[in-house]
This record gives sequence, C-alpha cells and structure tokens, in this order.
Amino acid sequence: MTCLPEIKPGQKQLGLVIDLDTCVGCQACATNCKEWNTSGHSAPLPDIHPYSAGAEGVWFNRVHSFEAGEGEQGRTVHFPRSCLHCETPACVTVCPTGASYKRAEDGIVLVNADICIGCQLCAWACPYGARELDADAGVMKKCTLCIDRIYNETIPEAQRQPACVLTCPTSARHFGDLGDPESEVSKLVAARGGYDLMPEMGYKPVNKYLPPRNRTSTAAKPVEDAPTPMDIQNPLLRWVDRVLSR
Amino acid sequence: MLPAHSIIFFTTASGAGYGLLFWLGLLRPLGLVPGGRDFGLTALGLALLLITAGLLSSMLHLGRAERAWRAVTQWRSSWLSREGVAAIATYVPAGLFGLGLVQDMPGLVTAMGLLAAAGAVATVYCTGMIYASLKPIRQWSHPLVVPGYLALSGFSGAVLLAMLGGFWGSGFAAPALLALLGGGAAFLLKSAYWRAIDTAAPVATAESATGLGRIGTVRPLDPPHTQSNYLLREMGYRIARKHQAKLRRIVLAAGFVLPMLLALLALLSGGPLAMAALALGTVLALGGLLVERWLMFAEATHTVTLYYTGR
Repeated sequence: MTCLPEIKPGQKQLGLVIDLDTCVGCQACATNCKEWNTSGHSAPLPDIHPYSAGAEGVWFNRVHSFEAGEGEQGRTVHFPRSCLHCETPACVTVCPTGASYKRAEDGIVLVNADICIGCQLCAWACPYGARELDADAGVMKKCTLCIDRIYNETIPEAQRQPACVLTCPTSARHFGDLGDPESEVSKLVAARGGYDLMPEMGYKPVNKYLPPRNRTSTAAKPVEDAPTPMDIQNPLLRWVDRVLSR
Repeated sequence: MLPAHSIIFFTTASGAGYGLLFWLGLLRPLGLVPGGRDFGLTALGLALLLITAGLLSSMLHLGRAERAWRAVTQWRSSWLSREGVAAIATYVPAGLFGLGLVQDMPGLVTAMGLLAAAGAVATVYCTGMIYASLKPIRQWSHPLVVPGYLALSGFSGAVLLAMLGGFWGSGFAAPALLALLGGGAAFLLKSAYWRAIDTAAPVATAESATGLGRIGTVRPLDPPHTQSNYLLREMGYRIARKHQAKLRRIVLAAGFVLPMLLALLALLSGGPLAMAALALGTVLALGGLLVERWLMFAEATHTVTLYYTGR
C-alpha cells in the first residue's frame, strides 16, 4: 500500500545523521555499502562493464565533493548522498503497484522487488536521486538503512548498525531514532544545528546533515623564508654575519 | 529528463485516440458528425487502435512489463495507477458504444458515447497529473501542464475526426472548426507555458540541496564516480538551447498553425481538396505533437542534477 503511515510525535523514525565537518570524502561508506548490500536485502547491486571503460552500477550511497564560499572562508566539503527516508516521500505515493512503501514501525522506506514493475516514476519523484534502476533485474533499488543488519540477531549487537556507519573512519555517520527527541542522534542534531536537505520540497527528510563548524580563526599566513647564512655568497660577509649573529 | 521514445509515442497516440473518442462521443448525439454506423465504427476503431497502441508502447518503458497489471492497484495515492484504472475503465463504455452501433441501439450509443467521452477526459487528466505532481521537475510541476495535455488531446482528436469526415465527404465542418479552436488554444497554451518555464526561478539550488549556502555559493568539485550513471542519463538529459528554440518554432508552425490553416481551407473548399487538406493537417499535427512531447522531456530539469552540475 503506497499510502503513507500516519506519523505521531515521538514515533520511531530511524535514520542517519551525517557530519559534514568530519567527513573526509574517503568513500569508505560508499564502498562498504556496496559490499554489504550487494548480498543483502536488495541484492545484487549490479555493475555494468566493471573492469573496462564505462564501468558503472547501482550505488545506494554516493559521495560528492563541493566547494562552498570564497577566498579564506571557502571550504571543500565532502558530501555523502543517500536515501533520507523522508516523512512524506513522494517516491512511495507515486508508486502504482504498492512496491514502494514506508514502514509504519520504524519509518524505513523500502522497495518490494517482487512486485516492482520498474516504471521509474519513483526515481523521477525523488528530489535527492536516491533511487536507481537495476537494469538487470528491471526493478528499482535504494538504501534499505541496512535493514538486514540493524535487526540481525545473528551478528554481535555492536554491529547492528548500517554498514556505512560502522565503517566510517572519522565517525562522521551516526545512526539512531530521530523520532525520539531524547535519542543520542536527536541530541547531536540539536547541539550542532543539524538541518534538512531541500526543505522547500516539503518531503521532510528524516536524515539530517550537520554543518561544517565555523572556523575560530583564519588560517595562518605562510612564514616568509628567512635567509640562511649559506644564502650569503661572499665568504667575508658570511663570517661577519656569523659573528654578528652570536 | 531523458525523452523515452515509448512514453513519447504513448502520450501522443493515446492522447489523440482519447481526443477522438471524446469528440465522437460528444458530437454524434448532436448530429454534428456523419451519423451512419460505418463512420461511427471507423472512428471508434481508429480511436481504440491509437489508445491501445499507445498503452502497449508505454509498457516498453517498464523494467518488468509482465507485472504491469499490478499498476492498477494503488489508485488511492498514485496518478499513474489512476491513469491505468481510467484507461481500462474507458474501454467498457467504448466497447458498448461499438456494440450499440452494430446492434443499432441509438439510446445505448448516445449514453455510452458520453460515458466514453468522460472516461477519455479522466484518463488524459490523470496522464497530465502524473507529470504535474512531480515537484522535483519544475517544468512539469506547473499549472499549465494538465491544461496542455487536455488541449493537445482535444486538438489532435478533432483533427483526426475532421480527417475521417473529409474521407466521408461530409460532416467534417464541426470537427474542423473544433480543430481550429483547439489549435488556437494549444498555440496559446504552449506559448504561455514556454514563456513561464523560461522565466521561472529554479525550485531548489545547489545551496539548498547541500545546505552549504550558509558558507557561500556552492560549486560541485568532484563527482562521486568518474563514469556516468542511471541518474545522469535519466535525469541529467539536457537539450542544446539553439535546438530548443528551433524545435519550439517547428511545433507552433507545423503542429498548430499549418493544420489550422488546412482546416480552414477544408471548410472553405469542400470536396476532394478538403479531404487532402485534412489528411495533410492530421499528419502535420501528429508530427508536431511528437516533437512537442519530445521537448516536454528534453526541456525538463530535475533537482538531482544540482548535486552533479550545480544547476
């Protein structure tokens, strides 16, 4: 059923918080996402021409890099982009078959690959480019929030987190319940001024992004090269310099 | 947006078919088209042929066409599903309309003709709403999109009905007049639509898409991958500006103005010249509509490209 579940205040809304201050753009999250999910809930994530020119495939998570601002205030910001598991995802409501759905119990947006017809309307309806066509299977694929990890009782409890979160070497990715204002992730969002992407679209993303921190001071200027005694060509003057430098 | 041939053919052919069905159902009870059984069945047959060919073509766009029947289940939320339901439902009065013609039951013909006309409007309205409800694509999520689909469907249907009337040698005055009016409406609507999308501000920016506007202007530095991907092919398709202007002129001239002039010529001349003029007008109108539908996709931009090109 592609009608959206009613979301009451405090209802469980699992999602990610991505810290753009600490993300170094290493692509580990994208790589581990691909690694886990190519044999997970929406497996496989196909690759076309994987070992030759034109290599491409389905990725749930793609890491962009942007420049923002000018001059000394300018920043390079690495920006992972994946499904935001929106509160009002049009990708779900446009689905003609009921293959797309938002889970009432935790807010995760999923595709039922067994009934998806691959019409791609959901990809058109998503402003964030979170859905991609698996041309091999003829169905749409998207981030599952590692639904096969977070509830997986066969792996140690500490590992029941999305693959992208576990692998991040700078802990720039956080997973939790954003519907609960007292959760660790909600507190983090409140403390750091976490925000929605494209709020003007009205999709109410659950995932939040933490902005790069403000610089406390401007970057130090490079020190001018001071001449060394060896820069003085004349041996007599070099001796005078050494004597006077004592 | 990528102009998918299957969808361009679908909306053009089915749109014309539904337009033809609409005018046939509406004008026949009024006695404004030839009233005989053969004319009715020919027009109905052409309408259903176009509609069915279009619907079959739309299935070529699916990754899993064998599951297409599932698409009628989510009519509560999905305009695509509603379109499917309306399209299938319209076959019922259209079929009974044909049965009434064959069995010579004027009451049934009139009632089912009107019902089929209503179904045709509903189906084309749903088609328009599929596009109009997509917020990330500002050229589609526009108040003139649905009126545009309805007007173009009505125009092409009137052109087709006038052509059939021309072949019959009589009774093409009303549809030809409607083709004139429909062409004028289509001309004005599309001109206004193109002016509007050319001057409208984008719905989102690279700054709002990344939230980095707080730092300053945002410029893409490195894409996630060195090669292309589905998103860039499907949503990143852009048309060259010089081609865009030329194609718009072709649509207005060949698609709307020339068929209108030919309809006028047919109205004034009658006879074999009218038949030839209306046939040529139909070819031009349908060709123009194919170009218009191609432009509808090629001119549309999606917000996901903000992440790749900043625009």
